Amino acid sequence: MRRGGTALALLGLAAAVAFPLLTTRVTWQNAAILMMMTAQLGVAWNILGGYAGQVSLGHAAFFGAGAYVSTLLSVKLGVSPWLGMGAGAVVAAGLGVLVGTPCFRLKGHYFAMATIAVGEIVQALVNGSDALGGAVGFNLPLGETGFWGFVFNRSKLPYYYIALGLLLATVGVNWIVNRSHVGYYLRAIKDEPDAARSLGVSLTRYKMIAMILSAGLTAMGGTLYAQKELFIDPGSTLSTSLSIKIALVAILGGAGTLWGPVLGAVVLTAIEEATRIAFGGTGRGTDLVVYGALLVVIAVFQPSGIAGLFTRRAPRPPAPPEPEARFP
Amino acid sequence: MSAPLLEVRGLTKRFGGLTANEDVGFTLREGEIMGLIGPNGAGKTTVFNALAGFFPPTSGTILLDGAPVEGLPPEAIAARGVARTFQIVRIFRSMTVLENVMVGAMLRHRAVPKAAVVARETLDFTGLGRRAHDPAAQLTVAEQKRLELTRALATGPRLLLLDEVMAGLTASEVQEAVELVKRIRDRGIACVVVEHVMEGIMPIADRMVVLENGRKIAEGPPAAISVDPNVIRAYLGEGYLAPGP
Amino acid sequence: MTVELLLQTLLSGILFGLVYALVAIGLTLIFGVMDIVNFAHGEFLMFGMYAAFWAFALWGLDPIVTLPLTTLLLFAVGVAVYRLVIRRITDAPMLSQIFATFGLMIFFRGLAQYLWKPDFRSVDHTIVAGKVAFAGLQFGLPQVVAAGGAVLTTAAVWAFLRFTRLGAALEATAADKEAAALMGIDAQKMFALAWGIGAACAGVAGALLATYYPIFPEVGSTFILVAFVLVALGGFGSVVGAFWAGILVGIVEVMGGFLWDPAYKMVLVLSLYLIVVWFRPQGLMGKA
Ligand SMILES: Nc1ncnc2c1ncn2[C@@H]1O[C@H](COP(=O)(O)OP(=O)(O)OP(=O)(O)O)[C@@H](O)[C@H]1O
Ligand SMILES: [Mg+2]
Repeated sequence: MRRGGTALALLGLAAAVAFPLLTTRVTWQNAAILMMMTAQLGVAWNILGGYAGQVSLGHAAFFGAGAYVSTLLSVKLGVSPWLGMGAGAVVAAGLGVLVGTPCFRLKGHYFAMATIAVGEIVQALVNGSDALGGAVGFNLPLGETGFWGFVFNRSKLPYYYIALGLLLATVGVNWIVNRSHVGYYLRAIKDEPDAARSLGVSLTRYKMIAMILSAGLTAMGGTLYAQKELFIDPGSTLSTSLSIKIALVAILGGAGTLWGPVLGAVVLTAIEEATRIAFGGTGRGTDLVVYGALLVVIAVFQPSGIAGLFTRRAPRPPAPPEPEARFP
Repeated sequence: MSAPLLEVRGLTKRFGGLTANEDVGFTLREGEIMGLIGPNGAGKTTVFNALAGFFPPTSGTILLDGAPVEGLPPEAIAARGVARTFQIVRIFRSMTVLENVMVGAMLRHRAVPKAAVVARETLDFTGLGRRAHDPAAQLTVAEQKRLELTRALATGPRLLLLDEVMAGLTASEVQEAVELVKRIRDRGIACVVVEHVMEGIMPIADRMVVLENGRKIAEGPPAAISVDPNVIRAYLGEGYLAPGP
Repeated sequence: MTVELLLQTLLSGILFGLVYALVAIGLTLIFGVMDIVNFAHGEFLMFGMYAAFWAFALWGLDPIVTLPLTTLLLFAVGVAVYRLVIRRITDAPMLSQIFATFGLMIFFRGLAQYLWKPDFRSVDHTIVAGKVAFAGLQFGLPQVVAAGGAVLTTAAVWAFLRFTRLGAALEATAADKEAAALMGIDAQKMFALAWGIGAACAGVAGALLATYYPIFPEVGSTFILVAFVLVALGGFGSVVGAFWAGILVGIVEVMGGFLWDPAYKMVLVLSLYLIVVWFRPQGLMGKA
């Protein structure tokens, strides 16, 4: 698996770098950018939700923090969005600490529900705040500004390569985490938190490290989104359905694996776009029907995610014995 | 003279109305093996949970090298050199055997390659070396218990708390486990061994503490404990006060 | 502000909270029995509303009259969802369960759009139209009837769990699957039953709401969030907890909208929930 995985990754990388040479169709380029942005979010989520097993369904709050901080800084103060990206990451990491402090005491579903609540609170607060653009949101100024200004009109290619770069950087962070003691500790926490503690692992400390990395990287994706779309509002950057989609990407590909979320993003975006193109025109929800049905089918038949197809299936622990007799 | 490695005084733990430990006290010296026995529900695991910091005692003191540690969280206690196993095994199921032990080794060796070397050595010491690269979930129950012990040992403890590591093992496996505990002691690591099976613990313990209904009912060398009428009553009931088999 | 106005607001909050609670007890029942959070639960409610609506639009039957049929229909839908999908992911990891029920949610919303168009619809006359006056206060009759129906249904579910053999079996399965299996309880049947009852509760809520609330394919999204809060607040799996949490949240919601700003009423509800789980992670009435 390991060698095959590396080969596959290199092949994918080569294809990704060369992709714009193969097509100049804007729709295809857009789809590819979308795919990579989605993948980056899934990979960022994976540090917390996959490795550490803390299933967050509120990551849109971090995404939105990235989008809003860089946008506000550039619209109001003329700060370069590249600096805004860093600032957004810091704000999101701070928000992550704020969220993690109460929520890390919660387990499993309780944690997931609490993060939904946090995401919804952030969305409602922004929705109601005039200073933050309220429900209307912000338009970013159009007009080619070059690299430092982070707005590209003549061609979408700069966005493509920035998205690719950000994705690779995020995968790189995952790779480093995964190979350091932090990665081992996160997986230990996910498997058996009490046993991890008995070996000297501080749960809050390491969950918090995962949260900070995950939130910060997610926010960077948010800034990229704002610069590419040049428009943000609570609905598109802070909604719970975005949070869930971020999680779905990682789950679909295989949570807790390095390349799973990337695979997941490719497949999910492909399904989404294909169903939209094939059935979306009717405006009657056919695309949703197909998309939803496919999600269910995948969840039922490939519960460990697509990455599970490539790994040897570890034998299941022996099933508990069947009841001997029934007393009706 | 220096303080004993571990000193427990007046340890009491209540869960709501239920008293799981009441006024338990004992001391342990460096490199000693202590057996902690008692019938089901006597409060043995509860003592471990208090020692390892899993929950603070209702009252009482726990001194490690003379410094109070009660109420500290498990990770802090682990850092001070106390390691434990769990009665119901809690191995990391998504990892290999080696990785499990590496997580333990990382307490003293953060660098992954160094942790791997330490983990490997520890596995060889406990006799699990040949299974190093197998998924932990594939081990037999006996091997899983040994893996937990190895993982705890890899943290470089001075005190090891073993909760029924011999339960459910075959006679020859019990023999191996007994040998292993002796070799651990020979490394200068003190052990508190909780067992139901007296045969496992009697030959190696320097001293025994017996709990019943949360209270200490006897303490002393194994030979004395095995003929102590209180202990025999606790284990076998009133009718068996005549010398046992 | 007058005392009447305050009381009026408070009581209307409770009336709505009771309907919230009815949606939530289905969700909490399913969770309690099989540890699955059903993201598609709001869509059961939506189906209940559409069932009531079409019976009214096609045959002129009042939602209250067709309530028993709607209940049965949704019970069948719940069992069918269990049989076709959920049964296959019972032992899957939590992540893929989220994935599956979220997929169901999208599927059902799409289906509703496809079949019934994304329009807003309403039942424009019903036998429960009008107002009731009570101690100088005035309430819409549909709201009062809906709240009353919600209380009756909640009580019925509670009594079922508490006083019937089948209910006891369901509770036993929730408490300990293995032990229940050893007593000869067929877990699969219990799971199906939980889904049936859970969906039926949402269906009842939908039919009751249909008398005064707009009906559209995404209507479930409004309710599912509050239902999640109630389930977590009341304690995952606790029917009684969800009931009290419903009342509490209903009050907080209207009072928040009344005293502060309607735009922030959800902020208040969600913050309340976070504060409660901070002190009691298992919720108000959940087992630790
Ligand atoms: N977390 C807890 N909450 C409530 N009661 C508990 C808890 N842990 C243990 N108890 C109770 O405390 C008493 C002592 O339990 P403990 O597990 O310490 O016994 P033990 O001697 O280890 O028994 P065994 O030999 O069966 O392992 C028992 O009655 C048990 O039910
Ligand atoms: Mg025990």
